[in-house]
Amino acid sequence: MGFIHKHEKLERNSVLLLICIILVVLVGGIVEIIPLFRKETVIEPVEGVRPYTPLELAGYNIYIREGCYVCHSQQIRYLRDEVTRYGHYSLAAESMYDHPFQWGSKRTGPDLARVGGKYSDAWHTAHMKHPQDVVPESIMPSYSFLAKNAAKVNDLDKHLKTLRLVGVPYTDEQVENAVNDAKVQAVGPDVADTDGLIERYGEKVNARDFDGNPNLVSEMDALIAYLQVLGTMVDFESAKDVEDGAQ
Amino acid sequence: MTSEVTHTNPNYNYDVVRLFTLATIFWGVVGFAAGVFIALQMAFPELNIEPYLNFGRLRPVHTSAVIFAFGGNALFATSYYVVQRTCHARLWGGNLPLFTFFGYQLVIVMAALGYVLGVTQGKEYAEPEWYVDLWLTIVWVAYLAVYMGTLITRKEKHIYVANWFYLSFIITVAVLHLGNNISIPVDLLGAKSYSAPAGVQSAMIQWWYGHNAVGFFLTAGFLGMMYYFIPKRAERPVYSYRLSILHFWSLIFIYIWAGPHHLHYTALPDWAQTLGMTFSIILWMPSWGGMINGMMTLSGAWNKLREDPVIRFMIIGVAFYGMSTFEGPLMSIKAVNSLSHYTDWTIGHVHSGALGWVGFITFGALYYLVPKLWGREEVYSLKLVNLHLWVATLGIVLYIAAMWVSGIMQGLMWRSYDEMGFLQYSFVESVMAMHPFYVIRALGGVLYLSGALIMVYNFWRTIRGDARVN
Repeated sequence: MGFIHKHEKLERNSVLLLICIILVVLVGGIVEIIPLFRKETVIEPVEGVRPYTPLELAGYNIYIREGCYVCHSQQIRYLRDEVTRYGHYSLAAESMYDHPFQWGSKRTGPDLARVGGKYSDAWHTAHMKHPQDVVPESIMPSYSFLAKNAAKVNDLDKHLKTLRLVGVPYTDEQVENAVNDAKVQAVGPDVADTDGLIERYGEKVNARDFDGNPNLVSEMDALIAYLQVLGTMVDFESAKDVEDGAQ
Repeated sequence: MTSEVTHTNPNYNYDVVRLFTLATIFWGVVGFAAGVFIALQMAFPELNIEPYLNFGRLRPVHTSAVIFAFGGNALFATSYYVVQRTCHARLWGGNLPLFTFFGYQLVIVMAALGYVLGVTQGKEYAEPEWYVDLWLTIVWVAYLAVYMGTLITRKEKHIYVANWFYLSFIITVAVLHLGNNISIPVDLLGAKSYSAPAGVQSAMIQWWYGHNAVGFFLTAGFLGMMYYFIPKRAERPVYSYRLSILHFWSLIFIYIWAGPHHLHYTALPDWAQTLGMTFSIILWMPSWGGMINGMMTLSGAWNKLREDPVIRFMIIGVAFYGMSTFEGPLMSIKAVNSLSHYTDWTIGHVHSGALGWVGFITFGALYYLVPKLWGREEVYSLKLVNLHLWVATLGIVLYIAAMWVSGIMQGLMWRSYDEMGFLQYSFVESVMAMHPFYVIRALGGVLYLSGALIMVYNFWRTIRGDARVN
């Protein structure tokens, strides 16, 4: 048969075989991935999404370090029950500054895409220290050490600079003030001057002592600052009118 | 150059194959034990020991140990053996194969230490940070060089089909690894890096990688194993040469498209989701083509299935391959995926592939290989091989049955509404409902691990050269 004869060429020439394999396996990836970098066709612009504050970024990194994403998703699918349970389905723009994405693949625990503002800081602190104290049936591990560890904030300017290289629009001012902004956000306006932080990241920034220990900017502070901003950047209430009008 | 000449002994390099074989056995036990431990953590959360031994840090230890340490070493061992035997040539590159051995073990140790200490990129099955990625790239290029070098210096006219699969595994994993790990370190003296793509783009690239880690690491490579060790052990030629060609090219072409089925109903554009689903369903065909080719190799010699537990291991492995490559396309259908995604069903699916297919075809190959490598006529006890087979099979059945029930139950509980139109269950109620199934799953894991320990004992006696029983 013809094609078997032709195939013999490949079976006798290892370099040709190698080249053909590479060409064949590249097709699918090229078709599915390259078009996604025309971002205007993939990410609908919405108001309110901003890069993380330095403290939130430190929290995002702790979230990754502890592998939170192996049990918690951050992607609400556009299915009725998910929208009822977790809130508005996730938009592409909401994770556009996550390098990498934290959508997850498994819900051993609930989705966290809109956990921001749903529970108090005190609840989060107690929950993280010993989850079964607030949710007796929970199978989540304890993370009490986060309250004891000082958050590493003194190199956050470097982190912002690196993120700027991969496309996060941090300004020079945000980079220069990164370390101080982190410290200020973790104590709040009663103790420190938060005007600069608010000017740089907006009115809605949560600035307060998150873990109830004013003497330490802890990893707990950073992680809770991150959790409390999740899903809260886009104002869906005011976007509703626009959406309805567009129908 | 005629193909049927009497070959002088090419002085095969078995030393490095023996090393990789021992590493396979060692990491297998480590990976299975880690799996049992984290399965128990999900049933009994008190077993979490913060911070180093919390589930979130140990889960990648388990997945990497099983996929990259157990599976990876098995692929190195068998590919180095098969390429030499089918090319009638010694492994190319002098000490380069030995470098790939030590280099690869270093990758494993650096990765695992990193996870426990909290060093991770946060991308599933691609957790190691930039410095480990760079080192792995060097090792992998050496692997490709050894493999291609051996193919180029072969004494046989034709490149045997098993080598096509091994070669596609090596080169595609290289492409995937480079594509998915583009990142910038914060500090050249620090571990932390940020990936170049973000959000939707990073999700698509990650699952292009992630699904093809399954497709090329856990499938194409192990199909290479199937195409060599089943015909060898059965002493029959591969069922259909034509089907091999069709199977090979269609499988590697179609697999690469399937990634987006991990992202159904997300913020990934619909066209990409639909494309991923379509190709996942088409993928059923080449997968079963391969399964049929492997199984039917026994045609005319079915009695071997009854008589030889080593063949039985490999054929049950291929049967599990058929089962999980049927289940996979089913789960990639959007309507099914809306129920199965985020649940334990996915975990069960992965394990029917990993424990059933990858594990069993590897055990079969090892039972064939170990006596050959250490110059024994046969493994110490075929009875113990049979015991291993049934203990492990029972373990898998408990595992996947428990995950089917718990996964489907989870999915249904999350989406059920009461007559008032409210969600019927809180999330934590679904967590509580999982408990018995997590206990059964852990029991399944214990059985599978026990089977592996029986194998270790059997190999220890084989390598020592003890008189065979039965």
